[in-house]
Amino acid sequence: MAALTPLSTPPASPDAVPAPAGAARRRPRYWRGAVLTVAGLYFLTPLVSSFVFTVHVPGQGLTFAAYSGILSAEGFTESLFLSLSLAAATIALALLLVVPALIAVRLGPPRLRAVVEIVCMLPLVVPPIALVTGIATVLRWGPDHFSRTPLYQTFLAVQNESFPVVLVLAYTVLALPFVHRSLDAGLRAVDVPTLVEAARNCGAGRLYVILRVILPNLRSSLAGASFLTLALVLGEYTVASLLGFRPFAVWIVSVSGAEARMSVAVSLLSLLITWALLLVLSRAGTGPSTAVPGAGPSAAGPTGSAASLGSAGSAGSAGSAGSAVSPSAPDPAAAPIPVPGKE
Amino acid sequence: MSALPAPSATRPGPAGPASAGSAARAGSGARVEFRSLRRAFGPTVALDGLDLTAEPGELLALLGPSGCGKTTALRVLAGFEQPDSGEVLVDGEDITRIPANRRDAGMVFQSYSLFPHLNARDNVAFGLRVRKRPAAERHATAAELLDLVGLPDHGARFPHQMSGGQQQRVALARALALRPRVLLLDEPLSALDAKVRLSLREEIRRLQLSLGITTIFVTHDQEEALSMADRVAVLNAGRLEQCAPPAELYERPATAFVAEFVGTMNRLPGRLTGTGSVEVAGAVLPVDGEAPAGRGSVDVLLRPEGVRAEADPEGTATVVSASFLGSVTRVLLDLPDGTAVKADLASRDAAALLPGVRARVAPGPRPVLVVPTTPASPVPAPRAQARAGAVDA
Repeated sequence: MAALTPLSTPPASPDAVPAPAGAARRRPRYWRGAVLTVAGLYFLTPLVSSFVFTVHVPGQGLTFAAYSGILSAEGFTESLFLSLSLAAATIALALLLVVPALIAVRLGPPRLRAVVEIVCMLPLVVPPIALVTGIATVLRWGPDHFSRTPLYQTFLAVQNESFPVVLVLAYTVLALPFVHRSLDAGLRAVDVPTLVEAARNCGAGRLYVILRVILPNLRSSLAGASFLTLALVLGEYTVASLLGFRPFAVWIVSVSGAEARMSVAVSLLSLLITWALLLVLSRAGTGPSTAVPGAGPSAAGPTGSAASLGSAGSAGSAGSAGSAVSPSAPDPAAAPIPVPGKE
Repeated sequence: MSALPAPSATRPGPAGPASAGSAARAGSGARVEFRSLRRAFGPTVALDGLDLTAEPGELLALLGPSGCGKTTALRVLAGFEQPDSGEVLVDGEDITRIPANRRDAGMVFQSYSLFPHLNARDNVAFGLRVRKRPAAERHATAAELLDLVGLPDHGARFPHQMSGGQQQRVALARALALRPRVLLLDEPLSALDAKVRLSLREEIRRLQLSLGITTIFVTHDQEEALSMADRVAVLNAGRLEQCAPPAELYERPATAFVAEFVGTMNRLPGRLTGTGSVEVAGAVLPVDGEAPAGRGSVDVLLRPEGVRAEADPEGTATVVSASFLGSVTRVLLDLPDGTAVKADLASRDAAALLPGVRARVAPGPRPVLVVPTTPASPVPAPRAQARAGAVDA
């Protein structure tokens, strides 16, 4: 009986079966603690070791010089700003490409879903080194071939060092799988055709339906896709380095030779910055009106893959993206009190 | 400003079965006509030349089995499907090519389809917001409609905080918010449990009567259709089999399909005598109407309540089972030729009809239909009237 009715009351009889359910409950709790401890040590040990390395100089004792010198370090501000700009542009471009495509295939023939999924997943099987080799070849070949056409200027413009559009294009390709997975998971949780029809029946045009009905129900997924892309761009090294640009990840590597402690300090700070940004984005994407159960970006899943794509600190960044993305199950108690007159 | 269409002065007040004729409500609501609608999805023909008219202010139920085209017809009317040919008219205006968002039709979907990110009040006011109506008007209308559907205190709740029945009430309020000329109900009760379904269907009927709005209601549940609708249109394979008030549909089905789809029916082998009568289960019944030509085998359709049975050791039928249904008991009997026949008897008369008991069976004076022996034949057949005189089975 005790096993059937999991109440807090103990068995009435001393010779009753000694609550196997209780034992079963304690065992997972014990293992859960052990697993959490091991995982915590696995993640925290390198971080703590790195922090100790940055603040402890043999012979000098405790010093924060590695941190205090970051802002004045040459190239820090520029590279960080460049990476954030590239991330913003990449997020915008990727969402602009994938959101309409996925909505269209939800409303169109189902067979198109597989096609779009395959196209979006292809970058997962193409190593960044292969991608950058192809891009570099085109960038070398293009100006010579199109030197007498307007495309010549285009080839130069996309390689502008202050804002290399070619990196945005490359990062968009790399981010496609994660953006697709996150948004697809969100769209699966929403009955898109019926919602569209309901909105159309209420007099809404197609653009209004997308902006005011579909997108608000994808806020969690949009946030998830955004910070997966952000993490990827902040940590991406291979493409940027081989194309000769110097965003944040490349700067960290370049500064590590001369300033080892500062390099590690910057890596730690970049993790904190990434976590802070992810926190902001996740909070923005999990507002009280984001009430689609199961539409959270955690369903996207490829955070591990995101980590593997980057280098020079990207693992930590992308990994943190995965941990920061939590499903936003609707909380009835958190329902907002509508403000009369609020649009 | 009143949010709702003015109630019809000719509308009967209390909700109830569709006893009032459509003509009594003429003048309110819109007239909806389907003219020769055809719609095919690849090799599957969903609508095959559908001609149907919903009179102003009436509740017309589209009834039929899955795949008969009833939902397609509704979606064509809503503008979600384009017919391959034919046209849809509302008050004489051809709306076939008008986009869905410009049609004056409110729709309630089977799956509620409330917007998850909006609370009940904003869901109801969504259409008004699309049309850029002032906030005060939107809120007043939403509050009035939520009150109308019995949810005055649920305006701040989100869809996931409401039950299925509550969500469907909100969906109904949303469909009415724009004061549509036509209300479309696409199996709105099928996702609800039995008790909620019963109360909500009475509520929908009450609202429809009080608002006088032309309503087209798709369902595969004949009980819903017969209890709510002024008229029921039975569809089969994309074609209209019969459109008639519920009682007429039940009492005088035009085709074998209607007869067997609506209610319970016995199909018994019979033989035309050539004199305007048919012999079935040992009884000779006059055919009411045009008799099928010649002689030969036919099938005779009888309602279970039109079959009498009584325990008799001399009888040749055998009771197979008896199901107590309250005031009525449905008795299943085997005739000597192996045909099974159902009889609905008053429970007090069926007490002796226990399984294995011998019994006498006789068709009572109930309308029947004589059809060719092909079971699926849609060819209308004349009705026959049972002649008095029980014959031993």
